[in-house]
Amino acid sequence: MFALVDANNFYVSCEKVFAPWLEGKPVVVLSNNDGCVISRSDEAKALGFKMGEPVFREKGLVEKSGTTLFSSNYTLYGDLSNRMMKLLGDFSPEVEVYSIDEAFLDLRGIKTSLQEYALRIKDTIRKNIGIPVGVGIGKTKTLAKIANHIAKKQNGIFIIDTERLRDWALRNTPVEEVWGIGRQYAKKLSSMGIRSAYDFTLLNSNWIRKNMSVVGLRTKEELLGCSCIPLEMMMPAKKNIATTRAFGKKLTDIRIISEALATHAVRCAEKLRKQKSNARFVTVFIHSDPFSANEKYIYKTYTVTLPVASNTNVDIVKAALSGLRRIYQQGILYKKTGVIVTELSDESCVQENLFEEGNNPGLKKITKVADLINRRFGRDKIKLAIQGNNKEWKLRQEKLSPRYTTCWNELLKVKA
Amino acid sequence: MPRPAKKDNITIRLLNPKKSSGNFSFPVEGFVAAGFPSPAGDYMDKELDLKELLVRNESSTFFVQVCGNSMVDAGINDGDILVVDKSLDPRDDSILVCFVDGEFTVKRVSKIDGALYLIPANPQFKPIKIDESADFRLWGVVTYMIHKFR
Repeated sequence: MFALVDANNFYVSCEKVFAPWLEGKPVVVLSNNDGCVISRSDEAKALGFKMGEPVFREKGLVEKSGTTLFSSNYTLYGDLSNRMMKLLGDFSPEVEVYSIDEAFLDLRGIKTSLQEYALRIKDTIRKNIGIPVGVGIGKTKTLAKIANHIAKKQNGIFIIDTERLRDWALRNTPVEEVWGIGRQYAKKLSSMGIRSAYDFTLLNSNWIRKNMSVVGLRTKEELLGCSCIPLEMMMPAKKNIATTRAFGKKLTDIRIISEALATHAVRCAEKLRKQKSNARFVTVFIHSDPFSANEKYIYKTYTVTLPVASNTNVDIVKAALSGLRRIYQQGILYKKTGVIVTELSDESCVQENLFEEGNNPGLKKITKVADLINRRFGRDKIKLAIQGNNKEWKLRQEKLSPRYTTCWNELLKVKA
Repeated sequence: MPRPAKKDNITIRLLNPKKSSGNFSFPVEGFVAAGFPSPAGDYMDKELDLKELLVRNESSTFFVQVCGNSMVDAGINDGDILVVDKSLDPRDDSILVCFVDGEFTVKRVSKIDGALYLIPANPQFKPIKIDESADFRLWGVVTYMIHKFR
């Protein structure tokens, strides 16, 4: 049996751990730069806040309903996520961290009743960390996902352990909610009259293989209760890495935009080093405000190929800035810029270029030392001059909660 | 087998020690060989790590900071840092971080005549009775306190 444990409204729940007075109240967490809605409490959902909607459109609703807004505090969410995953490790030797707020557990060999076990998982995470979760259990990962979906609408636990329940669950799950069936396929299936997960299992396997590849076939098998997607214990190294942020206010000066972009590029390089990868391509993009009523929307992108794959700050920043110079136009009010690195390869095997100078070993050393210093004394204590100091492009995070769990100066205050 | 000492000349150069303030250090040129391997080598233990002592359950332990002086007689002063474990169940006499009537507070819990009370450790403050009407929520149990002396 597999369990899928999934936190309810995770980012909002993280904020509530340190703000219990928000229990039962509408709460919304906003994306970077306080732009769009990315997490909603049940009360905020009921009020009609939509995922991904720019919050400024709902200004009236926010004020009238007394909804509490938060800027996203990923430092806090990341820490609480780590705690949750660590705790789940006590319940199963095999845990696949599927995303920041959900994990699959292998429950083979559990001796107690699954109902009891699921309840224990749910209660422990609620008590020890303060995060409410739903637990879905099924014979396959796909069924565990479906069970979790149903659990969310019930009291947080649902177990598909009989044929009768499986049948009922599949009939009550719309096909577009099945894990592994993308939106494109869902559209096609619904045009054919396939509405539920149950309908999907009646499809001819040959047809599925022909039209939806082997992934679709696997999904059918899984829905029928035959496990064919194993737990992935190791997080596969990411195939591409991106760092993109909107500016706090619209910018037009290339010097300031360069500072922002250089900082994003450094973050990308750091992420590369963390997973021990080098990148070959550095893609830069820049665009104006897509929500603006009176400016034309402009989006430009450019990809720079590095002569030798690298992950040093200097190399990635250099490439990013040369890309920016190609796409930047004077006089435009820009809203956002970002860097994406692709064609990643293992750090340990670098393909040298026959005609050009290889990676500068000195640069690697400097980067290493800078990383050590920054890890010890705080992010960006040592940085490239181009990253600048004037933070005109800095994110707007007006409603940021303290970093309660990672910063000594921002601990929760308790009255004595 | 003791390692033979290297025969290189060892020079120790003091770099204007008067100039350096506080602890003065000097670079050593060459190789200083130890005549004997340290007899303590076989008995090396890992360093004491305070975190190991203070944090029993890593995933459920949080640090919070005290403000106010209702707990001074329990040794909990303004500005102290408390180690709070959310996984523990309170016992009679436990010191708790809880959420009462709209704010986080730290108090000792006690059962008197079957009723629960939050008891301050300072005669200037009154105990708080926890009944159904109180908006009370247990947040965690205090396991250690960190107090700064200088």
